[in-house]
Amino acid sequence: MITIRGLTKRFGSLDVLRGLDLEIRRGRVTAVIGPNGAGKTTLIKAVLGLTRPDGGEITIDGTRVNGDESYRARLGYMPQIARFPENLSAAELFSMLTDLRGVSADALDEELLERFALRDQLDKPLRTLSGGTRQKVNAVAAFLFRPPLVILDEPTAGLDPVASAILKDKIVAERGRGVTFILTSHIMSEVEELADDMAFVLDGVVRYAGRVGDLMRHAGESNLERAVASLMARPVAA
Amino acid sequence: MNALAKIAGYELRDVVRSRWLIGYALFFLAATDGLLRFAGNGAAALVSVVNIVLFVIPLVTVVFATVYLYNAREFIELLLAQPVRRPALYGGLFLGLVGPLSVAFAAGVTIPFVVHGVDEPGQRVTVLALVLAGVALTAVFTALAFVIAMRTDDRLRALGTAIAAWLLMSLLYDGAVLLAAAVFADYPLERAMLAATLANPIDLARVLLLLRLDVGALMGYTGAVFQQFFGSAAGTAVASAALVMWIAGPITLGLRAFRSRDF
Repeated sequence: MITIRGLTKRFGSLDVLRGLDLEIRRGRVTAVIGPNGAGKTTLIKAVLGLTRPDGGEITIDGTRVNGDESYRARLGYMPQIARFPENLSAAELFSMLTDLRGVSADALDEELLERFALRDQLDKPLRTLSGGTRQKVNAVAAFLFRPPLVILDEPTAGLDPVASAILKDKIVAERGRGVTFILTSHIMSEVEELADDMAFVLDGVVRYAGRVGDLMRHAGESNLERAVASLMARPVAA
Repeated sequence: MNALAKIAGYELRDVVRSRWLIGYALFFLAATDGLLRFAGNGAAALVSVVNIVLFVIPLVTVVFATVYLYNAREFIELLLAQPVRRPALYGGLFLGLVGPLSVAFAAGVTIPFVVHGVDEPGQRVTVLALVLAGVALTAVFTALAFVIAMRTDDRLRALGTAIAAWLLMSLLYDGAVLLAAAVFADYPLERAMLAATLANPIDLARVLLLLRLDVGALMGYTGAVFQQFFGSAAGTAVASAALVMWIAGPITLGLRAFRSRDF
């Protein structure tokens, strides 16, 4: 479980996070949604320790995130943009990450590698792979070490429909095994399909947090897109 | 420490395959070989090689490292999401850049000397000193690239800053020192000139190498002072300490910028 309390972050004159509170429950898929610039990526990067918040605290399973790196061994991350060293191959990238984590090669989850049919691309330099293929490499890396917590930043944005479906199947299957997910998305049908809970972030605070189904009932709408639109149109007491 | 070596190792594999790095090695190979063919194997060729090295290494290193760090930004994020400490990642990235750049330059310069041979045994030591000075400058300018890349968000601005830093240290600084020497020619300037030399790593490397080549007199009226100062044991110690400071200072600044940076 992840608890976020009073998280604040300023970039120059811009208040990106203004006292954000959020609980993320174990074994569930939590979707973080909100307009561009609302603070979704900053929130995710704060959980990852990539961005140091100015105030507030984040605890993961009772341990405070404060610059100690060991908690990241239990964490998988798929960034929004897939860019890698130009002259390395995907095989070298995976072995680098495996080496860094000190995991033995036979303990890896290579299911996505097989299902994306990436085997014959493994030894090519990463710069020669298409953007979508690199995004698949990113997805494989996020699940490779069987982490109990996976963070996905707009996971299906660069993927074709087939790859996107494979990734969604994987998320559903891993959730069934008790893995906790945090994902951001602009595609409401995807959130509806995958997420148990959602957090609607606007102007650096969580404006609504709860079950996806509850929001639709609350807003009196039959689909999530309309429910979120009505949420943006009027102030809602969460 | 272990993670540092692993990161450096993989990054090295990436950098070594870069076309720019291969071109960099070939450039030194062609330039040194050409000078040795046309200027003979003597001190004259060595002086020219020294000047090319001192001019090219800072420029290529600071630009290559800055661009590399910008292109690696997303990859650095991915690595920081692994259980890796920031100082280890910083050290790994640093060595992964300094290592290949140094080897490319050292190979490019030494291979022609090995092939053509040297006039007198003493020049072997000078070539070695040249390689060491080149490695030191590579470290200094890679560290400066880290400081620039971590403190500037805009890629073009960072590149501009990198080139400006090179321009300042390799051309403008000398110009300013010369101007000051001309303006204050009536005053005893020896100590001021010594201080000015110690304050710029490129000048420091140049003076140390030219003195080894016994062409200190070419450096004008302060040459004798340099000879006296750097020739003495204390002078060599001070100069070496200054060069170490020039490596350690930017490395520390770069580490601080890297640790506090929000990715």
